Amino acid sequence: MQQILNFLYKNSITLLFLLLLGISLTFTIQSHSYHRSRAVSSANAVTGYVSEQINNVEAYFGLREQNEHLAFENAQLKRLLYNTQDSTNRPPVTLPNELGAFKVIQSKVIINSYNKQENYLTINNGAKDGIKPDMGVVSSQGVIGYIEQTSNGYATIISVLNKKFRLGAKIKKNNHFGTLIWNGKNTGFAQLVDVPRLATVIKGDTIVTGAESTIFPENIPIGTIEKVYIDKKTNYYTLDIRLFNDMTSLGYVYVIENKDRKEIEQLQQATTNE
Amino acid sequence: MNSTVLINIFRFLALLAVQVAVFNRLDLFGFLNPYPYILFILLSPVNGNKAVLLISAFFLGLFVDMFLNTGGPHSVACVVLAYLRPTIFKFAFGISYEYQTIKINDRLSPERFSFILISIILHHLILFQLEAFRFNLILSALLDTLYSTIFTLIICIITIYLIKPGKQ
Repeated sequence: MQQILNFLYKNSITLLFLLLLGISLTFTIQSHSYHRSRAVSSANAVTGYVSEQINNVEAYFGLREQNEHLAFENAQLKRLLYNTQDSTNRPPVTLPNELGAFKVIQSKVIINSYNKQENYLTINNGAKDGIKPDMGVVSSQGVIGYIEQTSNGYATIISVLNKKFRLGAKIKKNNHFGTLIWNGKNTGFAQLVDVPRLATVIKGDTIVTGAESTIFPENIPIGTIEKVYIDKKTNYYTLDIRLFNDMTSLGYVYVIENKDRKEIEQLQQATTNE
Repeated sequence: MNSTVLINIFRFLALLAVQVAVFNRLDLFGFLNPYPYILFILLSPVNGNKAVLLISAFFLGLFVDMFLNTGGPHSVACVVLAYLRPTIFKFAFGISYEYQTIKINDRLSPERFSFILISIILHHLILFQLEAFRFNLILSALLDTLYSTIFTLIICIITIYLIKPGKQ
């Protein structure tokens, strides 16, 4: 007994080191293993609050750019408004009780990251504003990512620039589907893989979100085709997509909730279980 | 004794704050960030309590991980650096370093320089490999390590000189 105690006392520093190393390695491996598994994230009160204060100062340097984005978005919305037909001329329609399945929550990015292989963003709205994991996040220009974890007042987002990111997308013109991923190399480009060879892909075509996604509404812009490769192993196209969003400077974003999501997923699960 | 504890607590908070507010957001050339917060581990007293250093290094790394959304690599790198610090001391200053009164935050000598350089390389090597965490990314992580090491080294030496100019 005495010897065991002596041993422990002599090697206490090494044992402490091994313990701390074990804990931190577990955090690291967990964070790389699968979706929504990170123990250490910035979606907590302390880091969220501090980052928000820093961002409040930083936001002043980007006001002009933010204004331009907003003016551009306003112009687009005005165009929609002026081009709609006079509602009195339309045949009367019975409005549903709730306007559509999608709810939009406005929020602001307080931590941005884009120089790693797995990039996460943090926004200053969380569970108390109705944000839940797996809601889509877009800006006025296009897709940004989806919610990973939430705390009371903050939430982290898996960015498009993350190797874990997967999104069903399609070519707007001819509805051919593919999967949007990121190869970790360039912050301005993502990749659309598994596009069938039947599809006609032309440089400059627009890529939008597909209909099979339960996270995003259909037809949210993502980017344009920049380069076309043929994957020799699978004989599918791989496309380089130039993203509409400048992921290195993000300000205000919109979180989209699909109210039908649970229903769709339950139905899918019930179908596959049989 | 009391003042060294206070100085170290202050250093911990100040370096963490500067790292989070300034250095994490530099993004030189779009990807390069220095990590001078490890100065806390380098500058802590040579003959101080090793357990306290290990634990504080762990929490320092953990906080940086939280702010960067990285998940854990910073705490691993910090804990390893804190544990291996005496070994690096021995390598840089010779076996009998504990009997000399070494001050790291003093005028730059070859010994001090090599100590700082080896520590930074060790920390960054672990950090970037764990951050990439893929075999096919080892090379690009090594490249990141190289660039970031140079950047961190410069910032560290400037910081040491700014805070404690040589008094001799």
